[in-house]
Amino acid sequence: MTTYLFKRLIIAAITLVLASMVVFAVMEILPGDPARLMLGFNASADQVEELRNQMGLNAPLLLRYLHWAGGLLSLDFGRSYTYSVPVIDLVRERVVVSLPLALIALALSTVIAIPVGVFSAGRQGRAGDTFAMGAAQFGVAVPNFWFALMLIYLFAVWLRLVPAGGFPGWGAGIWPAVKSLLLPAVALALPQAAILARVARSALIEVLNEDYIRTARAKGLPYRAVLWRHALRNAMIPVLTILGLQFAFLLAGTIIIENVFYLPGLGRLVFQAITQRDLIVVESVVMLLVAAVIAVNLLVDFYYAVVDPRLRGRQ
Amino acid sequence: MSLLQIDNLSLSIGGTPILKEVELAIAPGEVVGLVGESGSGKSMTALTIMQLLPHLAQASGRVTFDGIDLLAASEDQMCALRGDDIGMVFQEPMTALNPVKTIGEQVAEGIRWHTKAGRAEAEDRARKMLDRVGLPEAKFPLSRYPHELSGGQRQRVVIAIACALKPKLLIADEPTTALDVVLQAQILDLLRDLVSENRMGLLLISHDLAVVTEMADRLTILRRGEVMEAGDTARTLSEQQHPYTRELALASMHVPARPKAHIAGSAKPLLEVEGVSRNYPGRRKSLFRPAEPIRAVDDVSLTIEPAQSAALVGRSGCGKSTLARMILALDRPTAGAIRFRGETITGKSEAELKPARRDMQVVFQDPYGSFDPRQKVDKLVAEPLHLLETQPAKAERREMVAHALHEVGLGPRDMDKYPHEFSGGQRQRLSIARAIITRPKLVVADEPVSALDVSIRAQILDLFAELNQKLGIAYLFITHDLTVARAMSDEVLVMHEGKIVERGKTANVLDRPRSEAAQALVAAAPDLHRAIARRMQEQG
Repeated sequence: MTTYLFKRLIIAAITLVLASMVVFAVMEILPGDPARLMLGFNASADQVEELRNQMGLNAPLLLRYLHWAGGLLSLDFGRSYTYSVPVIDLVRERVVVSLPLALIALALSTVIAIPVGVFSAGRQGRAGDTFAMGAAQFGVAVPNFWFALMLIYLFAVWLRLVPAGGFPGWGAGIWPAVKSLLLPAVALALPQAAILARVARSALIEVLNEDYIRTARAKGLPYRAVLWRHALRNAMIPVLTILGLQFAFLLAGTIIIENVFYLPGLGRLVFQAITQRDLIVVESVVMLLVAAVIAVNLLVDFYYAVVDPRLRGRQ
Repeated sequence: MSLLQIDNLSLSIGGTPILKEVELAIAPGEVVGLVGESGSGKSMTALTIMQLLPHLAQASGRVTFDGIDLLAASEDQMCALRGDDIGMVFQEPMTALNPVKTIGEQVAEGIRWHTKAGRAEAEDRARKMLDRVGLPEAKFPLSRYPHELSGGQRQRVVIAIACALKPKLLIADEPTTALDVVLQAQILDLLRDLVSENRMGLLLISHDLAVVTEMADRLTILRRGEVMEAGDTARTLSEQQHPYTRELALASMHVPARPKAHIAGSAKPLLEVEGVSRNYPGRRKSLFRPAEPIRAVDDVSLTIEPAQSAALVGRSGCGKSTLARMILALDRPTAGAIRFRGETITGKSEAELKPARRDMQVVFQDPYGSFDPRQKVDKLVAEPLHLLETQPAKAERREMVAHALHEVGLGPRDMDKYPHEFSGGQRQRLSIARAIITRPKLVVADEPVSALDVSIRAQILDLFAELNQKLGIAYLFITHDLTVARAMSDEVLVMHEGKIVERGKTANVLDRPRSEAAQALVAAAPDLHRAIARRMQEQG
């Protein structure tokens, strides 16, 4: 088991390094000179050159990468070109919005998807299943920003239950903050829940046809007990794989959703940074998101080992 | 009074009739065999008793167990019976256990459910039951997971689950079909002991007449959902009053005619295997020490002459299939050399292997798994033709396919069908057609008939014999079934733990085995003649 976990950890670390190289390379290729952007178009070539030297932009590529990557490790992301503040400060402000949002969305999609999957698998081909899977099909097809607008219209404009957008900050108290994250979380979660419900359903149907389910039934366990004790744990393996992959989409999805709901999160930060050519912010946030996705998938790998004894013995 | 009484049971699934007016009775302590070929409704009869039928199944008639009408019983009543008074053992031990739960949990689960015993007490009882089925604590603690056990050991766990609460009736559906003969004999012994210990009724379902004859007091023969004949085992099989009974008995003892006997030493060897070994990387025990390799094939030498039929027999896991893969150049030996028609094939590139591949084909065990379901027969059977030096034109190709199909007893019209349109036996004919289309000199057949019903099996064996006689094809049969070896081979090679421990003329080896491994195989192999004789003797 330790060998397995150790291997996963090494692979995750290598992935992270490779991803950082790709991110760095892409930023190098992108047109636009940050020094020129910071100084404006009226600045002379000498001024720009001086700033480039100051920012270390004229150093060799490898050196700049090492400097940047080394900074990442010590959470020193450099300074934002446009705001002239350390990137870490910008990120710190935003992450307290985006991370709870992604986590609430993840929890919501799991809480919705698994019961729907269980329900559908138990009624395979019958009316309830057809309806649930039809709804799931709809959920997959509808873009989340449209869905977000509908939610705003219904819950914020019409029912006036929650704010239509904006974020009061955690200083305003936990409930108001969570309340303003609820709609965006639902908008993010539903399309993911739809996909996850379909995966859960097919995984469960497959497991329910396994021989060991018949063995469990032959023991005298009623359907419900067989489902909870034998089927779900085995079906969770593919469901978790998808959940791990979806986390990446949830994070990417925040870029759109945070704009729709006017939330000061990482998604909006990166969106603004791109429009302002604030490359160092883009690099840093993208690397953060990459690290988050790799970390979540590492957790999923660890969970496999907990669920599946066959993996524990493997090298 | 009967423990289980089935009267006039008919069953249909979604309108398709499966069982017609089936009658069956089992008394306490009695072993009743239910025999039939695939699709005869054996398993459906068992699932009716368990009330674990698929959706849309409709049963009529009466099934009474211990005074309870099972067809009218509620799901709650059935849950109380299943695993407590009625246990069931299934065919495929490799998949019958939940991979993520320990064997202890799985055996104790039924005990806890039915008796409301605490965890400690249930585990204690589970421990005793596992000891009873031959899985002692020292080697098989409760914390073992199924993947750490072999097929035979897993089947013991399944039996422990089924018998943990001393059921009045045990239903065993092909409990030993997936196991080799030695394991089969052990599992049958265990079942027999459990029956006499607890006066348990046993319904033994099998396609193997010899197994049922050895085990059952009475038997019921089922065909297409109808009972053909039922009665005392010895009488039914010695008198063979019903034509279908006779047909089954004859088919299971069938030996194909091969008038041209092979004369040993008559020609230069076709295949020579010299000192071949194959190591597999073993399981690493520590991060810092290299793993000990596992030696699957250990210094094996053998020769096969043209038109000779050899059988490689041995228990599962003895290295038969690994050896076959190396002969077919699908795997590289760790040491040793393999020569085919005098030319070394070990370590050659795919291009250099082409002529050898053309003359050496293979037939696999599973006629369902070895065809791409999305391709038509003409393409599937023509597959090996890419090995020819000059590629035949399309018309010529179809002609060759038609010819190969004709040789295996299929028609030219079958060319445009898909694999699913054929029965299991026909599919095995297709794989033989595919194997002989390049006119090979050697066909390696890996358990070619073990997935087939006895009557189909007899036909396929006839086909192998005919092709051997007509085309002079040499065979290497890989099997754990000694009846196949006896029926088909001139020479038998017995393999045990990676080594060839005995070789000789088929009759000599099978009638007078010298090595321990061969003796164990012969003693364990079910034999219909012997089984009937023993039953007759017992009953006077």
